[in-house]
Amino acid sequence: MRRWEANQLTEQRDSAVPAPAPALRGGRAGELWSNPAFTAALALALVFILGLIFSGEGAFYKWGTHRDALRQASVFGILACGMTVVIITAGIDLSVGSLLALAAVAFSIFSIHWGWSPWVAIPLCILVGGACGLVSGSLVALCRIQPFIVTLAMMVFARGLAKWVSGGMKVSTAVPAADGTYTYVGVPAIFRTIDSRWFGGNLSVVTVIFLLCVLVSWVGLARLRWGRYLYAIGGNEEASRLSGVPVAAMKMVAYTLAGLSAAVAGICQAAQEQQGDPEAGSGYELSAIAIVVIGGTNLMGGRGGIGLTLLGTLIIGYIEKILSINAVGEASRLMLTGAIIVIAVLIQRRRS
Amino acid sequence: MVAGQPHPSSVTSSDPLLRLVGISKWFGPLQVLDGVNFELSAGETHVLAGENGAGKSTLIKILGGVHQAEAGRIILDGQPVRFANPREAAAGGVVIIHQELSLVPSMSVVDNIFLGRERSRGGWLLRRNQEEEARRVLGQLGLRVDVHRSVGTLPIAVQQMIEIGKALALQARVLVLDEPTSALSEPEVEQLFARMAELKAAGCGLIYITHKLEEVYRIADRITVLRDGRWVATTPAGQMPAPLLIRHMVGRDVDLAGARDEAVGAAAGPVALRVEDFSVAGSRRGLRPAVDRVTFDVRAGEVVGLAGLYGAGNSDLLSGLFGTLGRRVSGSVRLHGEPYEPTSPACAIRRGLALVTNDRQRTGLVLGLDVAANVTLASWPRVTPGGWLRTARELEVAARTVQSLRLRAASLRQNVRTLSGGNQQKVVLAKWLCTGPRVLLLDEPTRGVDVGSKQEIYALIREWSAAGHALLLITSEMPELLLLANRILVMHGGRITAAFTRATANQARILHAAMGGEPVD
Repeated sequence: MRRWEANQLTEQRDSAVPAPAPALRGGRAGELWSNPAFTAALALALVFILGLIFSGEGAFYKWGTHRDALRQASVFGILACGMTVVIITAGIDLSVGSLLALAAVAFSIFSIHWGWSPWVAIPLCILVGGACGLVSGSLVALCRIQPFIVTLAMMVFARGLAKWVSGGMKVSTAVPAADGTYTYVGVPAIFRTIDSRWFGGNLSVVTVIFLLCVLVSWVGLARLRWGRYLYAIGGNEEASRLSGVPVAAMKMVAYTLAGLSAAVAGICQAAQEQQGDPEAGSGYELSAIAIVVIGGTNLMGGRGGIGLTLLGTLIIGYIEKILSINAVGEASRLMLTGAIIVIAVLIQRRRS
Repeated sequence: MVAGQPHPSSVTSSDPLLRLVGISKWFGPLQVLDGVNFELSAGETHVLAGENGAGKSTLIKILGGVHQAEAGRIILDGQPVRFANPREAAAGGVVIIHQELSLVPSMSVVDNIFLGRERSRGGWLLRRNQEEEARRVLGQLGLRVDVHRSVGTLPIAVQQMIEIGKALALQARVLVLDEPTSALSEPEVEQLFARMAELKAAGCGLIYITHKLEEVYRIADRITVLRDGRWVATTPAGQMPAPLLIRHMVGRDVDLAGARDEAVGAAAGPVALRVEDFSVAGSRRGLRPAVDRVTFDVRAGEVVGLAGLYGAGNSDLLSGLFGTLGRRVSGSVRLHGEPYEPTSPACAIRRGLALVTNDRQRTGLVLGLDVAANVTLASWPRVTPGGWLRTARELEVAARTVQSLRLRAASLRQNVRTLSGGNQQKVVLAKWLCTGPRVLLLDEPTRGVDVGSKQEIYALIREWSAAGHALLLITSEMPELLLLANRILVMHGGRITAAFTRATANQARILHAAMGGEPVD
């Protein structure tokens, strides 16, 4: 913040100009309430307080609970990173759940059945996810089909592809042979690595991967030129095009990134389940959208950010965890989550 | 100025169908209508003429219940009436067909005709009854169209007919058409006029607004001229030849001599932009070209004004030159002697072109972003070396650019949404200034900005021209055009129909040419 204060525009001739706004865009209460980062952080704090009150017989006071909450939210968080990028361009990607399954199946086949090195299997899986995203992006940008339709089609197609390559069965350490018998192989080391914990068992590797995704997305959105392009396109596509912004290319980039993040999530999911389930990840796209929206990124595009998505992931993750340590049934859990999404969107609308 | 009453016309034999008496209207402190009188007889086509901002649309909107007048009366069939909204006006038999059609493209013809007043019994739609009525009114218009077809699939002319059909189904006795031909092709216009003649014969009164002289004299029985919100004249069409009509529209007492002295003296340099046989195809098939084989050049340091009324093609010309219309353009363009192909805005920017569009909210600004980001939007490759955003550099470039613009903003990190219209426009201008352009295309650069900002924008235009930029300027405000332009080209129907120098230009001549009148002198 300090850097730009020196450059601030102060009206030379007109002394009635209001003083430059301090950090967090103005100290006035109204301004603060209209800052999505503030409302999201406040929501997270509220959830945390609820956790302290309904602590599930003290479970909330143990670090292990938090570590697990973070681990369980990580896969969704990784998906949400890619989703944020797409939503900022005023698009949507419904295919990420299916792409997760496709990547999980592919990774399991490569690693378990074929015994490939992770140095080959992981890049290849990520490539597959990225390629599917690129196809969606091209259809959106070049053929000008609505993102909802394109990614709905990709969602169905990728699910089919995942079932086809896996033969409709879970790809696990039980390898079917031609004669109908099974041979059992060991779990590849990479699966164990991804599913392990670091720092004396205090932090799951998937959480580290999630945080890396957040970091990479943040750099892209907040520190690179193309991040600005994405915001501009979401804010006003026509004005951006007239200003020389490569709109079609940037949209393709956005959907490709969503595909990449889905593949990363799929690899994590496979490692955690120690198998590649072609049915995995169904409905995850909606969870990812919910996380992005609860964080405060605008579904109409142009506004929001990856920091908000990090907060959104934590909010959803902690709500789930608090409900589960208090042994709330799945039915109530789903209803509560639905209500929370509506409330979050209502707050978002009050802002604009 | 004392307007007086419209004198009783020889056309009216009996009491008029409609009379507007002493209509006055304010928008805030601004008075847009001042005691306007107007009358319409049954079976008459009455053309309402006036320059942009003369108050025609406001008057029509008051008649149609969109706005409410602060003073004055509306008398329909000898009875005073008051319409609170368009629905009441329609019920009273007054229907307005606006420039933008009010049909729902995805719905069928019959559903559109009965939209909002469906015929039903006990909640059930009387579908058969509606269809028969729809066929009947469309039949009256000589229009044979499948009433179940969705409106969006029909040609614009047919849609316009359906809108008229809707008016007929409402049993309109006063029908207002606001520039109905601006989106129509030649044969479609003929069709429309034939239907209008039938309506007239059936005793309907028509009010017609147009910017085209040939249309005025083809269809008008009487002409009423408004200027600056005041009634100026009402006469039978035969008694108001084109020069007189123009003089009424412009007013005799326009004094621009003083203003013109302070304008730039054209220190014309070498030719910066040369346009030869440049055309822009119509936006859909069957429509005449939006720009039709125009040839002109603009020198460095020169401000060339492009005059023309709505639909004349001057905006399309600028968009075409900037590469936003893609394959619709043809012809040859040279920039500083080098050949130039208008393929995309990105390419145009690289070649030193800049386009200030006529709608800053829709096509100029990214409202979610702050001032600095908007100012550098078209120059990001320059302010983000290697793709990395340098906040300090961005702010420095933005600050340097807006310095000369007297922008009033709390900081460069202020969201442009919260700026006033004039300051938003300055951000748009700054964005293009930042790209270091040599040829500036300005489409209505002062639209919707306050008087103070307007003066500052004029000053900027002069500065740029003095700095050797070539400027091509569109503005619908005639005094602004005369004040700023070194030369004025007038467009009508996609062609350049007249060219004036500073010495030969005046408001009446420009308007005459812009309305498609033959050159006089």
